[in-house]
Amino acid sequence: MSTGVGGLNSFSGDANEFVRLVDLTKIYGDTVAVQGVNLTIQRNEIFALLGSSGCGKSTLLRMLAGFETVTSGQIFLDGEDISGLAPYQRPVNMMFQSYALFPHMTVEANVAYGLKQEGVPRNEIHERVYEALELVQMSPYARRKPHQLSGGQQQRVALARSLVKRPKLLLLDEPMSALDKQIRHNTQIELVRILDQLGVTCFMVTHDQEEAMTMANRLAVMTEGQIRQVGTPQEVYAFPNSRFVASFIGSTNLFEGEITVDEADHVLIDSPDLPRPFYVDHGVSEPLGMKVWLSLRPEQIRVTREVPSGDYNWGHGVVSHMAWMGSYALYQIRLDSGKIVEATMPSQLLLQFEPPGVDEEVYVCWGRDSATVLAS
Amino acid sequence: MKRIWSLKKADLVAIVPPFVWLVLFLLIPFLLVFKISFADLKFGVPPYTSLTQWEDETLSLTLHLRGYLLLLSDSLYLSTYVNSLKMAAITTVVCILIGYPMAYYIARAPENYRHLLLLGVILPFWTSLLLRVYAWVGILRSDGLLNTFLLWLGVIDAPLEIYRTDMAVYIGLVYAYLPFFILPLYATLVKLDMRLLDAAYDLGAKPWRAFVTITLPLSMPGVISGAMLVFIPAVGEYVIPEMLGGADTLMMGRVMWGEFFTNADWPMASAITIVMVFLLLVPLIVFQVNQAHRYSESERR
Repeated sequence: MSTGVGGLNSFSGDANEFVRLVDLTKIYGDTVAVQGVNLTIQRNEIFALLGSSGCGKSTLLRMLAGFETVTSGQIFLDGEDISGLAPYQRPVNMMFQSYALFPHMTVEANVAYGLKQEGVPRNEIHERVYEALELVQMSPYARRKPHQLSGGQQQRVALARSLVKRPKLLLLDEPMSALDKQIRHNTQIELVRILDQLGVTCFMVTHDQEEAMTMANRLAVMTEGQIRQVGTPQEVYAFPNSRFVASFIGSTNLFEGEITVDEADHVLIDSPDLPRPFYVDHGVSEPLGMKVWLSLRPEQIRVTREVPSGDYNWGHGVVSHMAWMGSYALYQIRLDSGKIVEATMPSQLLLQFEPPGVDEEVYVCWGRDSATVLAS
Repeated sequence: MKRIWSLKKADLVAIVPPFVWLVLFLLIPFLLVFKISFADLKFGVPPYTSLTQWEDETLSLTLHLRGYLLLLSDSLYLSTYVNSLKMAAITTVVCILIGYPMAYYIARAPENYRHLLLLGVILPFWTSLLLRVYAWVGILRSDGLLNTFLLWLGVIDAPLEIYRTDMAVYIGLVYAYLPFFILPLYATLVKLDMRLLDAAYDLGAKPWRAFVTITLPLSMPGVISGAMLVFIPAVGEYVIPEMLGGADTLMMGRVMWGEFFTNADWPMASAITIVMVFLLLVPLIVFQVNQAHRYSESERR
């Protein structure tokens, strides 16, 4: 597996391709909010756009919904260019971050609103509204007003309202951000179950990488108006293509380095932070002597008291901090070079032996397949 | 409901001053007027009789109903009430029709323009109402600005008779009370969550439908409080009908003035006032109680 830019800029005529963004750009005055975004979304998939606030993901979402005009580029939905259509003409519905339920209408009227605008006959509206409320288990609350519902219940109503018109594309704007942490996880799983059941194509925007990993089939990482990497959550986590992605998705330890040996089946990389070089068990496309970065996930680093064998992939340091996180322990270790690395140790392991404590001298080591080489 | 004596000290500090204010400046004057309305005319100071008398070890309370009976029997008073309510109602409707688009436009204007536009609404308050109404005299008279301009344009051959008619009073009332309608409505509209409109568009509503189904119902509290701020003072307005209206423009304010100052008939003027207050107060209280009830109802569920 190459660590290069996978999936980006490739426009194969995939039969499952359902949404395609072509060179989508949004410029406000002299600020570029979204810069030449190319993306394809498959039929029936849940696609997450992940980025921190101000990265342009909300602008991108609002362009898909039609609230923002497109400066240049196109949006194809099921083969049709919808970039010129008004929001009320698009077969797209959105679940808003704050839900945006109409406060003066009952739950039932909120869900019925979209169907009424379409001129659906009365008895059919009633039927479809209750079908949608049934789906989110909110039919007992049909006569209530939004302010009489809890946050979780409001979210269910908002979901029902955005699904009842059977949109071709469902947009979710930070779907869990208004919920308590305790109910968030179950709600994520429940939401995925409902979307899978209906076979809805879904595009969601979030700043919460855990949420994106839990819910999405594929995700894209965005920063400064550009897409940095696209892939399945596993791919992006295991093979980040840049320091930015590596540290944005999960936490990681980054080492600066220089390639000293480049063979077909392995490379050696010297880092000023470690006395011994990194051994990586695959070739890289970067030339000899080039400055690169290595990403090591905390769970890939083992903390031991014994001196590791071999001439590669280990270091020596002192435990500077240890935190008990429940299912694992988080170690911060100051290497001899002064660099701090983070490592995690599963709780079961901690029970089997006396774990190293703060100020204790330890060794850190990792496997030949652990480190990911990053060119940028 | 909490009883007053179960409240904490801090709560009392917050509640007592407005209560004292209301009692001193609203309730007591009202009761004084209420008392005078049951007195009879008398020469002297004050120009009315006292209600109670102590004579021959008897405390007698005399209630003169002359004022109230006259109100009912003389059709002039009745038609004045009806006319005042009618003129205030029409003024309110016109203020809604003109004021709603204005408030809407100001609330939707870019933020740095908003304050300038609001200032334009408030600015007239910086000069006296009397002066501003005088200005309208100058505009509306047969040799005034408006007629001179229209004659010059050639739109009309003879001056329009507006000054000293009901039309002039309507113009003056709408002019004077429009800001009172715009300000509360603006406050409601500017708070309106724009995401609700996005949601409506997203669900397929065209802009006009979204306005009718979302903006309009959600701005009703602003419309209602604005309408009340126009309607209530307009019913008792004195200055504008006096300065712009004709001799036959019947409004409560003028009749009250006449009874108080021209006829020096304080009991009669008081009776007119009391009836007017009740005419306005009863529907208002019913409305308020109804609103409060609906609010607490929806909160409790």
